[in-house]
Amino acid sequence: MRRVRVKDIYREQQTFGLRIVIAAAVVVLALGLVAGRLFWLQVVRFDYYAGLSQGNRVRIEPLPPDRGLIFDREGRLLAENTPAHQLTITREEVHDLGATLARMVDLELLEPGDLERVRQVLRTRRAFEAVPVRLRLTDEEIARYAVHRHELPGVDLATRVARFYPYGPVGVHVLGYVGAISEEDLQRIDPSDYFGTATVGKTGVERFYEDALHGVGGFREVLVNAEGRSVATSGAVADPLRIKLPAAGADLELALDIQLQRVAEEAMAGRRGAAVALDPWSGDVLTLVSLPAFDPNKFARGISTVDYRALTDDPDQPLYNRALRGTYPPGSTIKPLMALAGLESGLIAPGDTKFCSGSFHLPRSSHRYRDWKKEGHGTVDMREAVMVSCDVYFYNLAVSLGIQRIHDFMSKIGFGQPTGIDVYGERTGVMPSPAWKKTAFTSREMQVWFPGETVITGIGQGFWTATPLQLAHATAVLAARGRHFKPRFVRAVRDPVTGARTAREPAPLPSVALGNPANWEVIVDAMVAVTTGAHGTAVRAARGAQYSIAGKTGTAQVYSVGQTGQYDEKTVAERLRDHALFVAFAPAEKPRLVVAVLVENGGHGSSVAAPVARAIFDAYLSGAPP
Amino acid sequence: MSGPTFGISSPGPDTGHRGRLFKALHLDGPLLALIAAIAAFGVFVLYSAAGGSIPMWTRQLLRLALAVAVMLTLAQVPARFLRMLTPPAYLAGILMLIAVTLFGDVGKGAQRWLDLGLIRFQPSEIMKLAVPMMCAWYLHDRPLPASPRHTLVVVLIVLAPTLMIAAQPDLGTALLVAAAGLLVLFLAGLRWRFIFALLGLGAAAAPIAWYFMHDYQQRRVLTLLNPQSDPLGAGYHIIQSQIAIGSGGVFGKGWMEGSQAQLEFLPERSTDFIFSVIGEELGLLGQLLLLALYLALIGRCLFLADRCPSTFGRLVAGSITLTFFVYVFVNTGMVTGLLPVVGIPLPLISYGGTSMVTLLAGFGILMSLHGHRQLVRS
Repeated sequence: MRRVRVKDIYREQQTFGLRIVIAAAVVVLALGLVAGRLFWLQVVRFDYYAGLSQGNRVRIEPLPPDRGLIFDREGRLLAENTPAHQLTITREEVHDLGATLARMVDLELLEPGDLERVRQVLRTRRAFEAVPVRLRLTDEEIARYAVHRHELPGVDLATRVARFYPYGPVGVHVLGYVGAISEEDLQRIDPSDYFGTATVGKTGVERFYEDALHGVGGFREVLVNAEGRSVATSGAVADPLRIKLPAAGADLELALDIQLQRVAEEAMAGRRGAAVALDPWSGDVLTLVSLPAFDPNKFARGISTVDYRALTDDPDQPLYNRALRGTYPPGSTIKPLMALAGLESGLIAPGDTKFCSGSFHLPRSSHRYRDWKKEGHGTVDMREAVMVSCDVYFYNLAVSLGIQRIHDFMSKIGFGQPTGIDVYGERTGVMPSPAWKKTAFTSREMQVWFPGETVITGIGQGFWTATPLQLAHATAVLAARGRHFKPRFVRAVRDPVTGARTAREPAPLPSVALGNPANWEVIVDAMVAVTTGAHGTAVRAARGAQYSIAGKTGTAQVYSVGQTGQYDEKTVAERLRDHALFVAFAPAEKPRLVVAVLVENGGHGSSVAAPVARAIFDAYLSGAPP
Repeated sequence: MSGPTFGISSPGPDTGHRGRLFKALHLDGPLLALIAAIAAFGVFVLYSAAGGSIPMWTRQLLRLALAVAVMLTLAQVPARFLRMLTPPAYLAGILMLIAVTLFGDVGKGAQRWLDLGLIRFQPSEIMKLAVPMMCAWYLHDRPLPASPRHTLVVVLIVLAPTLMIAAQPDLGTALLVAAAGLLVLFLAGLRWRFIFALLGLGAAAAPIAWYFMHDYQQRRVLTLLNPQSDPLGAGYHIIQSQIAIGSGGVFGKGWMEGSQAQLEFLPERSTDFIFSVIGEELGLLGQLLLLALYLALIGRCLFLADRCPSTFGRLVAGSITLTFFVYVFVNTGMVTGLLPVVGIPLPLISYGGTSMVTLLAGFGILMSLHGHRQLVRS
């Protein structure tokens, strides 16, 4: 039965009355709250607000974070932060920008050539930010500024920390450098986090690990009067200004061994070229040399336009990282890998011999492909062919294998692919094939794969190019008997506050599996013969070593001589001379280090490149520096 | 409700002609006095905020005059008629809202106005009064506290216009309209459990509402919580407003002495942020005086509401009063940094026409509902 409700006016009025009382209470409370807030603003915080309304401003002062340090594998400091003085301009505090800049040039605090860059940077930053415009000031310049500072409102002296590389140019292509933040840099970083930071990583590890190294920026509010000077907030009831503390960047531990690096650089001093030393069981890069190099400290403290132009105009290109970006024909260094491909395909057995007459030609063709030894090597088996670097043997092998099989095998080893190293700018070189030619060229004639190109692929010439890093990476596969790791610069990260070290696991790549694993040792044995056997091309360089070296020399042709002509080193101009190459690992049975050396226009790999590798091995394996 | 009477309902020896005149015109003396006081305060302050601009100021005076005329006229309308006219008025409002949604002028990025040639007309303003009246009309004959079904109907009466107004977008007015309607429910004795249920629903709907909010609305809420996080962007109004108020201290800087630097930074200084101007020029004392006047006004209105003879009258009067309170609280709260920036003017003081008319119209209705005694209880 539904209950019928009756309208009870009296009760409704009672309820209404009660509700009115409740509402009234809420009204009083709410307005009381507002009154309380007013009291807070106008009495408790009066000084603060009164000050603000008098034209004082709260200026936001950045607190830049400490940039992470970089160490080598033995804990030696490679990159640190030292105090430096810089000049900053705060656009909104400058009365006449043109006049101020002109005055600074007069006082020799700015170079005329820098004015355009300064104006541009000021345009892109916010008006109330103190933008660094000069990153390194000598004491004399500081004094000059101090005397004239009253003429330059909006220009301030700030003491910051600047990046310093104690080892200077040693290892610069690994570390990279930091430089002044440019407009392009602002595209890839969060500008509000870089509020007080003057520099950012430009290349190398400094750039790749920028996020980790930079940390997190902080800021602090400062009450500043009409002249822009800080106002001491004495008498204020509570400090109303905010502070957000910065978080320091993480420290990096590199796989690099700086002493070994130094040995390598000294062994190659005066030359152009590259050398890479890897640990085949982890991918650690212990050494990466690219010469000529340069001093990164120039960048960290604000490189002058003159100095920078000198570097970019230098024909030897010191800024260019040859180890990662230089692509060269691998030359004879790939012969062991070719032999391995041959064994794997079943086309050759170790004992099979071939006769080398000094030249080779394709059937139905008169074109002669020469061996480096004019008279030929006579009858050679696979081991001998590698040991003496017989070209004809490998011409034959290449033709038997065919370019597609060569391409597929070498691609597995890593040619034509990025190695995945933890730095930007790596080039992949070219592993040629008919398919590649079709996409690489647009004209019909160039898109055809010619049989002759297969021939020269057998000795690592033609379109085949690789970087020194890729050569080391490929040699590491041999050293580790098929196992493969991504090369890496950074092997651990350290928390700047707690010091806790977080090691990074080596990143394995797909192993190269052989149908017959015994073939690894066959090839390694052949490579050992290169350094020990009679007529081995690297015997001289390996003489006296306390350990066994498995290696291969290479000579990459830059300039091709005519069909019947002679290659005469002395007459051919230096920059057209062959590149000298050498790849090796030691000790051969249980390798600890893989090395690839390239000396541009160095001539013969055995005489120029191999000794560099020997110096590196000695330093690393003997324990004591040479 | 007990409390001091002001000599209206029972003519005493001192009331004489004035009391009888007021009663005849269904006006309430104290209420009018308080309205006059606040309006005068407003006119005084507005002069300074307008930068001494005479045309702006005289326009406001004219509006005030117009609004007063509307108020006095409405006070003459018998309460009975008001009740009868409510449903058609509500319906008309709904239709106008639909018209605005389809054809409205787009002024300042919000589709709120209907340009009738002579004046720009905001249908949402009508709804501020029509909605609570409609709710009260519905509940007038029904037993209170309202049953769940009746409550639902009231909610729908409120929701329809609210959503349309919110879609214009005019979040501030939408919330006011919703508040006005829901206050009617509250005053009608809605059971506490339902109140909490509705609040719960509201809280649950908040994230959904957040999703539908425009960028600038979201930013407003966020910057409320931390205006310093965006000192040059959305937090700007709040920071400048607080500086203006805080620097006024206890006594203020003096009339017309508000630092132009501060005020120049307040883009809406004569409308929404006028309370900051009061704070800067007249200080804490000036603001407390104004708050006291508001408090007295609200108190008087609540008293009058309680003494309205009909259910409809009580509910409408109560809702109008408390809605007025919401205006005051939201505006002063926003200006002092307690609440997010919403476009709600300071009642009876902020520059602006439609709002003034609606407010005083509300008071006119209130006085009508209170002043017209019925011969038969309904």
